[in-house]
Amino acid sequence: MKRRRLIQMGATGLGATIAGVPLQLLAQAKPGGTINALVQPEPPSLMMGITQNGPVQLIAGNIYEGLLRYDEKLNPQPLLATSWVTSKDGLTTTFKLKPGVKWHDGKPFSAADVVFSVDVFLRKTHARLRASLEAVDSIKALDPLTVEFKLKYPFGPFMGLFEAGTMPMVPKHLYEGTDFLTNPANATPIGTGPLKFKEWVKGSYIQLVANTQYHQPGVPGIEAVYFHVIPDAAARAAAFESGKVDIAPGGAVEYFDVARLAKLPGVSVTTKGWEFFSPHSWLWLNNRKAPMNNLKFRQALMHAIDREAMAKVAWHGFAKPATGPFNSNIKYYSADTAKYPRDLVKAKKLLAESGYKGEPLRLLPLPYGESWQRQAEMVRQALGQIGVKVELQATDVAGWNQKLNDWDYDIAFTYVYQYGDPALGVSRNYTSTSIAKGSPFNNVEGYVNTRVDALFAAGARAIDPESRRKAYLEVQQILVDEVPVAWLHEINFPTLYRSKVKNPISSGIGLNDSLARASIS
Amino acid sequence: MKRLQFLLTRVAQGLLALLLIATVNFMLVHAAPGDPVSVMAGEAGASDAQFVAQLRHEFGLDQPLSTQLGRYLSHVAQLDLGFSYRQQQPVVKLIVDRLPATLLLTATAFGLSLLFGVGLGALASRKAGSWLDSAITVVALVFYATPLYWLAMMAVLVFTVKLDWLPGFGYSSVGAGLHGWALVLDVAQHLLMPALTLALFYMAVYARMTRAAMLEVAQMDFIKTARAKGVSPGRIQRHHVLRNALLPVVTLAGIQAGGMIGGAVLTETVFAWPGIGRLMFDALLQRDYNLLLGCFLVTAAMAVLFNLLTDLVYTLVDPRIELS
Repeated sequence: MKRRRLIQMGATGLGATIAGVPLQLLAQAKPGGTINALVQPEPPSLMMGITQNGPVQLIAGNIYEGLLRYDEKLNPQPLLATSWVTSKDGLTTTFKLKPGVKWHDGKPFSAADVVFSVDVFLRKTHARLRASLEAVDSIKALDPLTVEFKLKYPFGPFMGLFEAGTMPMVPKHLYEGTDFLTNPANATPIGTGPLKFKEWVKGSYIQLVANTQYHQPGVPGIEAVYFHVIPDAAARAAAFESGKVDIAPGGAVEYFDVARLAKLPGVSVTTKGWEFFSPHSWLWLNNRKAPMNNLKFRQALMHAIDREAMAKVAWHGFAKPATGPFNSNIKYYSADTAKYPRDLVKAKKLLAESGYKGEPLRLLPLPYGESWQRQAEMVRQALGQIGVKVELQATDVAGWNQKLNDWDYDIAFTYVYQYGDPALGVSRNYTSTSIAKGSPFNNVEGYVNTRVDALFAAGARAIDPESRRKAYLEVQQILVDEVPVAWLHEINFPTLYRSKVKNPISSGIGLNDSLARASIS
Repeated sequence: MKRLQFLLTRVAQGLLALLLIATVNFMLVHAAPGDPVSVMAGEAGASDAQFVAQLRHEFGLDQPLSTQLGRYLSHVAQLDLGFSYRQQQPVVKLIVDRLPATLLLTATAFGLSLLFGVGLGALASRKAGSWLDSAITVVALVFYATPLYWLAMMAVLVFTVKLDWLPGFGYSSVGAGLHGWALVLDVAQHLLMPALTLALFYMAVYARMTRAAMLEVAQMDFIKTARAKGVSPGRIQRHHVLRNALLPVVTLAGIQAGGMIGGAVLTETVFAWPGIGRLMFDALLQRDYNLLLGCFLVTAAMAVLFNLLTDLVYTLVDPRIELS
């Protein structure tokens, strides 16, 4: 009732806005309507404090919230926290929380929930955040609406830690003193977000409905979202084409289908909403083994691979060649590095100097669909042209993980999220302290360079942006010279949607926290 | 008495077979590279030693393999299929939840293929050499040779995307809130394409088999005798020829029925039918050991059960066959 009145008022009051969305826009949009989206694969659970894979974030990012949102330039925006102040030395940040926020079960949200979520719950369950929390000395509730974070040392990316997937707020009253992993409450997630969990029919769909008590007027703009589980990629494309599904998130349909479906009447496509994740692909080169331990061999590979053709053929244009270890979406990216254009003559010369004897090498493709398979074939062909013999190894996701966990590979495809800041998503792949078996996301190639270690450490701990920029510029130049891995592409995952869905993406994490802010015209 | 003894022996043999199957499955599943923890860590996009160790401990994967096997078998002996750590639910509940959808699909397909297969085969044999016979044979051959996956995809493209006659995915219309007959009709519409797709292959096999067997039986002396006695041609076809020609069909139907739980992976995948086949396939990719083993065991139990039933049905179709 209240919402409707606000909207009517907005229609008459020119220029007024709610949360940056012009009220006239809200007034035009029907408050209500249902969005049908695809999710692939079916998530294991929706408790985002425990599981954070892609499908979980896509759905549960509407249920759970972090203290902040981030726009497409990754600037922090208020959400559960309305304002924040950082001390001069960069060691203390104090957040003011929004008053009157309620969990979906009606209990009030307060500073105690923040302290519990970060210091107790996520420290135990969230591997990625745990690494960043190393820098955090203490988290205190100064009063029910004020939280203070104290750091052990200045931590450059600190203000980038507060989105829902990185630091989701979980309800203290349901989890305190329980075994988090087996708590029955995990089956019925309770958050503060604009959509509430309604129903999950395993193997079929997950239904979320509007949280009418949401703390931001005018949101949610829709009544319900259904996430349909359709396991076959061609069937997902058919479901979108037939109009039964309104939104196909990035990766839900094969790229040759994206190009085709985007041309249908009433269909739009966008690559926005992945700025925070900045997916970046490369070939792991096992630096521990010959010939990959030879710089000239690695440089020869860089000159041999045809990144432009791969972007055009395998990605249908939804990727652009990467210039180095940093994705151009993340902070302190620089293009001022050595270049490796495709040059077979130079590649052959470098290969001859490297002393490669023609021994066959194993290439491990990524088992995530057609685009990756085609890229593997193109890499094999390109390397064959300069005389490097490559055998493709067939594998599934579990086998791929296992081989990288055990360093049992020669050359392997991967792509990694960079989380907006080099200290969060880049340094882990190149610093010698991140060499450890058992994870496919750390320094899997086994590259060791003390100067690189020092520069990444300096970049992470500096407070002023200028000294961070300097450290990161030098580290990019060193890495691109030394080619510890062969960078391939910045991937732009395309989101397909019916044009009747207005404003489906309004943040740097895209659909994950935007769907409730969309409307249907 | 003899029949009871036969049954008891077969049940005992079946249980022994299941125990062996469970053991072999366990070893096979653990021999595949990767484990559920590495998959979950991989999906999370970040992991560390603490995360991995914590999960392995919780799943019991830090125990020696022999201990895990012993524990698994003793649980199975108590009809406890264990817990799916990935889905945080007991395996039995996950399987039972998916069972109705799969049985509806496979039983419908079974009925359709048997009915139309035997019917068309009988028709073809009766009109042997005619254009109708040729037509049935050609159609059966085409369905026999066409990959199920392609057929399913084409059906979706034609009947869902182009013509918009039938729903292309799922079990019923999501969010429609239907009840009673409206719901039955809705499910039937969703069922039609997957059931037909699944039925076509066996329908073709039954048709060819029935036709061949009936033509063979029709040459036999007792048919001539029946004809000489003045039995009507229709009655000869139904009671003398068809009944004697059914044995091979029963054998094959037993195999098809035994695969009713696990045999529809492809169809369920293409049509997003929420059945056991998909549960099993996902469990395989995710190395969800307990769930995968549970699905395998239920599937194997069905196969054993239907083997036994097939032997019993033989004696009904042909009373000359004795159980021993």
